[in-house]
Amino acid sequence: MRNTLTICTREVKSYFTSPIAYLLLTIVAVLFGYFLYIYTQFFVMRGMEMQMGGQNQPMNVNDMAIIPALNTASVIILFLIPMISMRLFAEENRQGTMELLMTSPVRDFEIVLGKWLGAMVMYASLLGVSMLGVALLFGYGTPDWKPIGAAYLGMLLQGGCLLAIGTFISTTTKNQIVAAGATFAVCLLLWVLDSVSQFQQAPWTKVIAYASVLSHLEPFLRGVIDTKDVIFYLTMIFLGLFLTTRSLESLRWRS
Amino acid sequence: MIKVEGLSKRYARNLAVDNISFEVAKGEIVGFLGPNGAGKTTTMRILTCFLPPSSGKASVAGFDTLEQPMEVKRRIGYLPETPPLYPDMAVKEYLEFVGNLKGLPSKEIPRRVAEVMDRCAVADMSGRLIGKLSKGYRQRVGLAQAILHNPEVLILDEPTSGLDPKQISETRELISSLAGDHTIILSTHILSEIEHSCNKVIIISRGKVVATDTVKNLNSRMQGAEGVIVEVGAPSNVDAAQVRQLFEQMPGVSRVVMRESNEGRHSFEVEGLRDASVRGELARAVVHAGWDLTELRPQGFSLEDIFLELTASEKKSSEGVTVQ
Repeated sequence: MRNTLTICTREVKSYFTSPIAYLLLTIVAVLFGYFLYIYTQFFVMRGMEMQMGGQNQPMNVNDMAIIPALNTASVIILFLIPMISMRLFAEENRQGTMELLMTSPVRDFEIVLGKWLGAMVMYASLLGVSMLGVALLFGYGTPDWKPIGAAYLGMLLQGGCLLAIGTFISTTTKNQIVAAGATFAVCLLLWVLDSVSQFQQAPWTKVIAYASVLSHLEPFLRGVIDTKDVIFYLTMIFLGLFLTTRSLESLRWRS
Repeated sequence: MIKVEGLSKRYARNLAVDNISFEVAKGEIVGFLGPNGAGKTTTMRILTCFLPPSSGKASVAGFDTLEQPMEVKRRIGYLPETPPLYPDMAVKEYLEFVGNLKGLPSKEIPRRVAEVMDRCAVADMSGRLIGKLSKGYRQRVGLAQAILHNPEVLILDEPTSGLDPKQISETRELISSLAGDHTIILSTHILSEIEHSCNKVIIISRGKVVATDTVKNLNSRMQGAEGVIVEVGAPSNVDAAQVRQLFEQMPGVSRVVMRESNEGRHSFEVEGLRDASVRGELARAVVHAGWDLTELRPQGFSLEDIFLELTASEKKSSEGVTVQ
């Protein structure tokens, strides 16, 4: 536990002493801010139109502004995942610090878990920046916080799953660009997998669509926390970290 | 303390370490000597549990590197060839990180860090980012990292590479001061380094141990011979072959090698018995022939010479084994 925490702390510090953390935070702040502004503006315009038309139906800021914005945010963050995970092991391999970690009395899974948790802290702080925008809306209206919480939980789980995959890919190379490229390709593939079932009805398409990370995020964005989806993400995280540990072990046999 | 038995390591095609065995007693400082690619680093990596052996066994303090790696790792301090440093961390911060990683009690870490920073003379850079340090400082931070948790066994892969002469002698003193309660294996290809700090030498070549000996014995092995560099200025009607012939005929000379020869200046490397006072004979012979003696200087044997000789004698003895 202590070893994992040591490695995690170092990892987080390393993100925040390099420009990468600030670059990512800025990207999220600007892009998410932009989309949130657009959706909120749309919401306000519709509200005015309805009032002028004499209709007086209640409108939901959650459904019309926050959730669409978060949906967009999950896509933006998909593009940022490789930038978070690429350096995890590739950098250690290149610097030769892998030798320090692997000759210290630390178990392989402790290293992997520490690295992944460090990446998760970085990822969570990106979500944190997006929360600032959402928090502003609470000042002007009364959005329901529960579906927002569910959406954030879903995004956290989705990020964890993609980061676990990215961590695994990072162990296979010394080159960060290669790690980032491969991670991005895999993330994108997992994201678009569900479109296969749009035009095909065969049973196998359902299996493939089930593996899509996006299809499991949708219920969260609707405010539904389904055990099925939580288990899917946890399984993926476990699988990713398990593969990383095995890859780390094989590093000993391969090099 | 360290026991290696029939250790081999095979990479995809080539055999990096070939059936080596040796033992290191507690408190000994052992020099691992050999040219690049001889298998020094591989052997060290196996001892530190970074690599598993293909066959054979290695144990540190009675713990097998394959079966109880955690126990081994706890007792080992390792400085790899390139110090394992994070350029984005400050020296003190890095050492604290290593302290945590090595499982030092949290309360002890600040004290130990201050101690090793003093000992390795990096205290004045404690707040500086490692990425901004010079190579000598980095090397010493690497050394500080290795001794931080006061390990029983220290494995140092070329600890003095990249240091300036003053730092080299300081590092040597540091290593010598660690002797006694620490068992140390250090690799190098500089002979004088072994002479200064080690009790025992293991010479390794192409994955095989070619000699295991004390430094004293190794020196006396080479003491019988002497190398001299002679430069002769001769008139144009005398060519280099003539000079060479003269040297070769002299008593006590075992080998003459031409170094260079141009425009009446011929330079040779002459090897002969030390007690035959080859140098005096050479000088007299040159003057007697009516040539100019422009240079005459004794040449210490380099590691290469000792190494070549040892590998050559190894060949002979292994031939003897096959006859049996």
